[in-house]
Amino acid sequence: MLKPEQVRERVRAFLAEHDPAAASRQDFLNARFDAGLAWVHYPEGLGGLGASRALQAVADAEFDAADAPGIDPDRNPIGRGMAAPTILAYGSDEQQRRWLRGIWTGEEVWCQLFSEPGAGSDLAALATRAASDGESWVVTGQKVWTSQAHLARWGLLLARTDPGVEKHAGLTYFACDMTAPGVEVRPLRQLTGEAEFNEVFLTEARIPDSDRIGPVGEGWKVANATLMSERVNIANARSGPRESGMIGPVAAAWRARPELRTPGLHDRLLALWTEAEVARLAGEMLRQQLAAGKPGPEGSAAKLVFARLNQEISAYEMELAAADGLRYDDWTMRRPERSSFFGRSPSFRYLRARGNSIEGGTSEILRNIIAERVLGLPSEPRQDKGVPWKDLPR
Amino acid sequence: MSEVGERLAAGAQAEGFPDLLYSDAERALADALRSLLGDRAAPATVLARTESAQTYDDGLWQALAADLGLAGLLIPERDGGAGASYREAAAAAETLGSFAAPVPYLGSAVVATAALLAAGAPVRGGLGPPPQAAPSAQPAQPAEPAGSSPRASTEAADLLRKMADGGVTVALAVPFATQPAPRGPAFPATVRLAGPRHGDTDSGVSRLRGTVTGVADALPAGLLLVPADGVPECLYLVDMAADGVSKAPLASLDMTRQLCDLWFDDAPGTLVASGQAAKRAVTAALAAGAAILAAEQVGLAQRCLDMTVSYARERRQFARPIGSFQALKHRMADLWVEIALARAAARYAAACLSSGDPDAPVAVAMAKAYCSQVAVHAAQECVQLHGGIGFTWEHPAHLYLKRAKADSLALGTPDAHRAALAGLVNLPGP
Repeated sequence: MLKPEQVRERVRAFLAEHDPAAASRQDFLNARFDAGLAWVHYPEGLGGLGASRALQAVADAEFDAADAPGIDPDRNPIGRGMAAPTILAYGSDEQQRRWLRGIWTGEEVWCQLFSEPGAGSDLAALATRAASDGESWVVTGQKVWTSQAHLARWGLLLARTDPGVEKHAGLTYFACDMTAPGVEVRPLRQLTGEAEFNEVFLTEARIPDSDRIGPVGEGWKVANATLMSERVNIANARSGPRESGMIGPVAAAWRARPELRTPGLHDRLLALWTEAEVARLAGEMLRQQLAAGKPGPEGSAAKLVFARLNQEISAYEMELAAADGLRYDDWTMRRPERSSFFGRSPSFRYLRARGNSIEGGTSEILRNIIAERVLGLPSEPRQDKGVPWKDLPR
Repeated sequence: MSEVGERLAAGAQAEGFPDLLYSDAERALADALRSLLGDRAAPATVLARTESAQTYDDGLWQALAADLGLAGLLIPERDGGAGASYREAAAAAETLGSFAAPVPYLGSAVVATAALLAAGAPVRGGLGPPPQAAPSAQPAQPAEPAGSSPRASTEAADLLRKMADGGVTVALAVPFATQPAPRGPAFPATVRLAGPRHGDTDSGVSRLRGTVTGVADALPAGLLLVPADGVPECLYLVDMAADGVSKAPLASLDMTRQLCDLWFDDAPGTLVASGQAAKRAVTAALAAGAAILAAEQVGLAQRCLDMTVSYARERRQFARPIGSFQALKHRMADLWVEIALARAAARYAAACLSSGDPDAPVAVAMAKAYCSQVAVHAAQECVQLHGGIGFTWEHPAHLYLKRAKADSLALGTPDAHRAALAGLVNLPGP
């Protein structure tokens, strides 16, 4: 295993050969990737050194110290957080070489084409059809809740290749070229007034077989790798210093405006503050587990907790705001490149937080996952076991 | 250890965030303890013990002391203990909590030990006459880092050495409900100094008079640390067997940690600490108690969930295991989530106490507030999801319910600890 000092030396050697000021940003990032200094825990040749994940901070710090151009951490979250681990686990050598660099540098944005109007929690029941014509797949169907689709070059697509077998068995995983004919992206306006998400209509879009990820019929297994990374990412994304989460503006408002304080609101504030801080500690514990190479199932817990806390805290913030809570900042239909709770009114946070317990797996589904996979409780009796997908009642 | 070192070296722990993971040593201690308790503290044994005359299991406590060094876990090695930190103490407490083991670990090995460690340090010249003023006016620390505390005074060190092997059990004579300062009383004394008797001055003995109600882990104690009012406030050591000391066991909600009332009628005490040192000792003791009790609560909650899950997998109604019903499994999933959070809170509190982190008061208040609620919730769900059998005397669910509810009231209620947070993190009331 590499030591921190060895990583530092490699970065310094790289910087000696690549003057950050001389190259274009993209060329510099490409070279950094090729030198294995992008995500150091990835394998050599794929942007990494096969080093411990913990050494990433060492490499990043060296590049920062040299004022080298870095990646925009907010760009391509689905590519870096979901596509990359999936391609690393299931992609062919050629696919890994072709896609991972563009994902890391942010040159190529990815989106996720999973959910459908008729397949939300029951994702495996999806109906988008991919039929082979020998060399490529012809895809027809409708996907929904696709964030970043309007910016994306590639989509992680889960489609049905065999309707005649059980629903989980008939799925195959693809990378879909979002610029291909037959791929149409339309904004999906949500209850906040803006459109972070899209609907994607696939009409006889053609995908070459070389863009299939994993074997035919094993799409469900590949998709689960994607979904687990999604939940880990959602959970991981929310941890910073104390009061850096949604409790921050609430605590600030409480301190700044004594006239808003009542005994009842005080009790609730302290309870929410405690829970938010404890949840932050649990997130930190989860990160330490990951850093030690022992990921636990607590990632699913973190997503559940933050969904509920965001909802409760934002609802509380509305009550604290009292008359101001009656206002909304802006109902204009926009397509934000990234979603943030901050810089908006409390009423926006309240509305947006409702989605936290739905997106990326509803809280109900997450409870099933915890109950069945972590606690080992039996599943509900099911009517779709052993039934070919085409014969399911719908 | 090398993992931790590597992570620290790599700067992965932003701003020196304490390590919340269990070390190999902590895991080994918990495993050994679980194995011993599995043999000697099965639910039926614990239940039978609560109905006996001696509710504390002295034989078990001696075994824990002799085989695992539990009585002297926090006592420095130079004083005959294991020299462990609050992290190991918390790991042990978690396991003890999962068995509701009727031993005075919390009272003697944690609370009284923390008091002696904090008291022994600053008293110059041993247990002689108290200094007129505190050596320094620094704010009360919940605890000195156990490993690095200055050497205890000779008398305190002698006492710690006797405690280390379980030969002597000590309890702090304050009501179990007492919250640590600053929200709790600065010096929880209900006993005062009485006039000296003939010869007392020569023998260095003071006379104590008063009553302390609802004290935990005092029933099996041979010695008591008694806070006494006066100018300055003092902490005395009193022999339970001395003339003028009497105790009466209470019908306690939690009979696995039976409380008692204590009476002091001109009871002889020797000075342990006075003034600021005495206050610091009691505050440190109660804060350590609250943090370690939070770890016990995590263990208890986990045990309640484990029992409930295994029952829900076996118990059939409507021709299927009841654990297959989402209405029930979601409740168990929620508990699992709460316990994951509670564990992080308790680990953080223990880590802060171990390192003398200035965030320790916040960490302890959060841990005790949060873990109390989770343990009570888990125990209540354990009773409910077991259905009828969970409401019987024969099933151990009630032992956990009673201990969980009692523990939530002990050393400061959740509400009281949140009120403490209001001051600590600047969220003042109206």
